[in-house]
Amino acid sequence: MGFMTTATEPGFADLPRLLSLMTGDEKHSAASTSTLDVLWVLYDRVLNVSPTRLRDPARDRFLLSKGHGPMSYYAVLAAKGFLDEGELTNWASAESRLGMHPDRTRIPGAEISSGSLGHGLPLAVGTVFGLRALRLKRPKVIVLVGDAELDEGSNHEAIALAGREAMDQLAAVVIDNSSSTHGWPGGIARRFDIEGWVTRTVDGRDHDALAAASTEPHPGHPLVVVAVVEPKD
Amino acid sequence: MSMRETFLSTMDEALDVDMRLAVVLADISATQFGTAKLRHPNRVINVGIREQLLVSVAGGMALAGMRPVVHTFASFLVERPFEQIKLDLVHQGVGAVLVSSGASYDMPAAGRTHHSPADVALIDTLPCWFVHVPGHPDEARRLVLESLPGDSNVYIRLSEQANAEPHLAPGLQALRQGSGGVVIAVGPMLDRVLAATDGSDLTVLYASTIRPFDAAGLRAAVQSTGVADVVLVEPYLAGTSAHFVADALSDVPHRLRSLGVRRHAEVRTYGEMADHDLAHGLDETSIAVAVKEFFR
Repeated sequence: MGFMTTATEPGFADLPRLLSLMTGDEKHSAASTSTLDVLWVLYDRVLNVSPTRLRDPARDRFLLSKGHGPMSYYAVLAAKGFLDEGELTNWASAESRLGMHPDRTRIPGAEISSGSLGHGLPLAVGTVFGLRALRLKRPKVIVLVGDAELDEGSNHEAIALAGREAMDQLAAVVIDNSSSTHGWPGGIARRFDIEGWVTRTVDGRDHDALAAASTEPHPGHPLVVVAVVEPKD
Repeated sequence: MSMRETFLSTMDEALDVDMRLAVVLADISATQFGTAKLRHPNRVINVGIREQLLVSVAGGMALAGMRPVVHTFASFLVERPFEQIKLDLVHQGVGAVLVSSGASYDMPAAGRTHHSPADVALIDTLPCWFVHVPGHPDEARRLVLESLPGDSNVYIRLSEQANAEPHLAPGLQALRQGSGGVVIAVGPMLDRVLAATDGSDLTVLYASTIRPFDAAGLRAAVQSTGVADVVLVEPYLAGTSAHFVADALSDVPHRLRSLGVRRHAEVRTYGEMADHDLAHGLDETSIAVAVKEFFR
């Protein structure tokens, strides 16, 4: 795993400590959460975002569609300076702006409020339409969804249209921990491939593979990165 | 020109002058926007028959800084993607202009699937919406143009039913002054209410903007008539605005009769709009009888 830690900027190795501020669990590890590696790689190596440019029209957009279990998200936002780590300890309390599901109107850097499944990818498609209308062709829109979340039919409306619209500003990262009740015979990538997406299936714990899959160009097509992690127990 | 045709031509013009505007469609009216799409390919978007995506795309475009105008039949604009309205517009803290056609039963022969009498009541469950129910194509044009600037959430309910003349003033407009009580007519209900109350000593108020509800206007009308008895005639679910009337008159003993689309029966009639008016007691004669009974 290639990453650097400096005295001033927390690195991947700091995330377990940040997570335990929320869980109170000293032994919390990266492996215990399906999204931590992906979120870290996106914020550390893929996304052009910064806490100093929250409203910059040219920023990349990251949409956390799978709003459940947002501790990894808050840990990464804290590590990257969007949140003060002192805020993490009382999360989900009435005094905190950090809820069990994130609220974009309260959290710096959160592009959408999520929780109900199947809204992030459709909102991402709309965001790409908006950027196109504003002639902003460079910003990427990256949305993180879960394999069980793909059960929601709204995603499939978005997958079809994004493919037909050749949305090369759009990327979906699907965390596949085999948690969909009825599964996806033939694989998740196939659902995107047939609609005209570029598909890359990688080890969801391999930072270099995640970074490469998320950054290599995909002109004329939206991109899906299927990040496979251990099945949910 | 019908309200819907007026809306289409108004948006066709508006797209040329305001680069922040985008029209989002789900096949309905896409043909009519064909030449506008040629001029503005990135600002006229047809998502196909995907109404959840229709509203989510509007939410995403608004997040990017655009002003989306979303249009299809009321049943597929408000009822089918209601959670998208709740979450992808309101909860994201962004706004769009939703413009429906079809109203409660403008496509009477199409049956229940294409009837949407509950649209305004559903929008009422969400905070901070403007709801316009124009009664004439000229009002529709005015209300559409007034809704385009800004970031508010706006619902504009177009109908094939219309009054003979436009009434363009905001709030509750007193079109007839009386001393026996107050009748409120909303949008396309006006002409039949005026006819049904002709010769009676009643104040007739008219509204094409029903949210926010003009409570001050109602209180003023009740004060000047001296009688706090109100008949409310709405072209959607009966009583949709009843709680606003009750709130406006909360410190005055008052009576209220709400007329509108009936709530207690699944109407399976086809036929003409007039057949549905009759089924719901929204024809001129039924309104006249209800008003006479209430004020006797």
